[in-house]
Amino acid sequence: MKLLNTLGIAIAGLMLLAAPVSAAEGQMPSKDIGFSFEGAFGKFDRGQLQRGYKVYKEVCAACHSMHYVSFRNLSDKGGPEFTEEQVKAVAATFTMQDGPNDAGDMFERPGLPSDKFPSPFANEQAARSANGGAYPPDLSLITKFRPGWFGTFNQLINGIGGPNYVYSVLTGYEDPPAELAAEAPEGKSYNPYFANGHWIGMPMPLSDDQVTFDDGTKATVDQMAKDVSAFLAWTAEPKMEERKRTGFMVMIYLGVLALLLYLVKKKIWANAH
Amino acid sequence: MSGPSNYKPTTAFGKWMHERLPIMELVQGQALDFPTPKNLNYWWTFGGILAVMLVVQLVTGIVLVMHYTPHASMAFASVEHIMRDVNSGWMLRYMHANGASMFFIAVYIHIFRGMYYGSYKAPREVLWMIGVLIYLVMMATAFMGYVLPWGQMSFWGAKVITNLFSAIPFVGESITTLLWGGYSVDNPTLNRFFSLHYLLPFVLAALVGLHIWALHVPGNNNPTGVSVKSSQDTLPFHPYYTMKDAFAIVVFLMFYAAWTFFSPNYLGHAINYQEANPLVTPAHIVPEWYYLPFYAILRAIPDKLGGVIAMFGSILILFVLPWLDTSKVRSGSYRPVFKYFFWIFVIVCVALGYLGSKPPEGAYVTWSRILTAYYFAHFIIILPLLGLLESPRPLPASISDDVLAKKHPAAVPAE
Repeated sequence: MKLLNTLGIAIAGLMLLAAPVSAAEGQMPSKDIGFSFEGAFGKFDRGQLQRGYKVYKEVCAACHSMHYVSFRNLSDKGGPEFTEEQVKAVAATFTMQDGPNDAGDMFERPGLPSDKFPSPFANEQAARSANGGAYPPDLSLITKFRPGWFGTFNQLINGIGGPNYVYSVLTGYEDPPAELAAEAPEGKSYNPYFANGHWIGMPMPLSDDQVTFDDGTKATVDQMAKDVSAFLAWTAEPKMEERKRTGFMVMIYLGVLALLLYLVKKKIWANAH
Repeated sequence: MSGPSNYKPTTAFGKWMHERLPIMELVQGQALDFPTPKNLNYWWTFGGILAVMLVVQLVTGIVLVMHYTPHASMAFASVEHIMRDVNSGWMLRYMHANGASMFFIAVYIHIFRGMYYGSYKAPREVLWMIGVLIYLVMMATAFMGYVLPWGQMSFWGAKVITNLFSAIPFVGESITTLLWGGYSVDNPTLNRFFSLHYLLPFVLAALVGLHIWALHVPGNNNPTGVSVKSSQDTLPFHPYYTMKDAFAIVVFLMFYAAWTFFSPNYLGHAINYQEANPLVTPAHIVPEWYYLPFYAILRAIPDKLGGVIAMFGSILILFVLPWLDTSKVRSGSYRPVFKYFFWIFVIVCVALGYLGSKPPEGAYVTWSRILTAYYFAHFIIILPLLGLLESPRPLPASISDDVLAKKHPAAVPAE
């Protein structure tokens, strides 16, 4: 027991050390909305991921790239789980450049499930020049690299709040406070949840009924923001469900093994002295 | 302790082999029959835990290399390829990344255990010094490993740490250029770090071999610190300690699995999921948690060279710990004053870690300086004086006496 107590104190001490990143200056902690995929057993909501993909495709993808996700991933287990036919159909609506062919020319063809999501701009310079100098970050991993809230213990228990960050930025546009309004940089909007200062280059991207959800859900800004945040949680951690499921089985296996080993050890040591 | 072995080959093949390579004799003498003090507590299981962690890191690392691309423009994407496309690649990578943290948790417990029970004292000085060497190589290995995913913290961490060497007079700039393979952190840096990150674990394995060899000459220390006097004091390593260690290892693996599967990114930095960008400096450049106490010591000294000396000095001083501690009594359990200073020292190390995670400003710097001074004072002033001034409690006559006294307090007459 003494060992356990000491270890407990030591672990508590170590947690004080971990995750030391503090909030960027002035970033308001993200709103806490309960997602279905939180906790040790949480799973993605397929309908939500499918709606989120639609928001991403019709709104976000106009400016943001998504380098690490392919169309085929949309039908992977643990993701939005579109059917393979749906994925083929969606991919085919995009035109991809391929080549060179036998004549040495580049050519265009319809998209295939194996293609990565196409990027809206050829390179960073093109993206910046089209967006008033701001660079829309790649969204594949945004919920893993942009924390929504801070604090060593908070992050241990609740995670970094990446999806909450995305939701809060999307719904967090407001009029700047009077004392800041005068110094508003040209072409920027006020958003207290944004990670790099209060002024964000992205104009408010969502408005009610901007997309039409196939499942009849009403496309309010709040609904679209939630759905696309969940979708971006999946693009950042597509193996989350497999990870939690495997982890659960690993813990049971190790737990039983530990118990058996303890009993063996106890029996062997009974005659040790 | 290792004594002549009783191994007698029983089969024809065993005899044939024994005359050519007496490996079974070695196994029986050193791994099965090896006499081990009968009173080792669970703090002694961390040696075995560390051996397991080294193997886990080697195996996961070797498989990860099959899918990783060491190139500045492809490394980050190849890590994402491992996370997304490689079968169970996410598990390998999370095991490897969290395994590094678990390795350090175990090694810190192992080191503090050695400090509390005086395991560095004669005749185990060489054993201890090899251990310090292992710790240094571990730190270098982990540092280079953290650079490989080529995220923002990989890049900027590498930049800050390699820049430290430029503080060395005359040759500093050349050393930094050599580490970088150029004039800034770039593809050549990534390539040499990758090469060394693959090499050093095998150096580590060799050092662990020496560490175990140096352990098996004097044998294990034990919680009383009293040397083994007769076979009454010991038990054969197998099955007693093989089973006790196995139990502890599996419990530790549960702790490890909980991180790996349920909070795999907590011990890292979120910003490392953003690809390295030499043009954008992160707001806070912080090393991994296991370096934080030394990072605090580095920044406590206002002079760059002084900071580097203090940082390396804080580890190198461990090499001479066996001669700084003047007490003849090994175990802290029989040293009433040392005990308190030991725990103060542990708290100071943890507090330095906390300060290392904070920006170097205001009260954080003041406290870093105070605690850095205390860190060195513990070794240079407190330990030498304590040995001379403290009067230790009476030691048990032998290990078995102590075990009996604890089991049947009435059976042994009071002294």
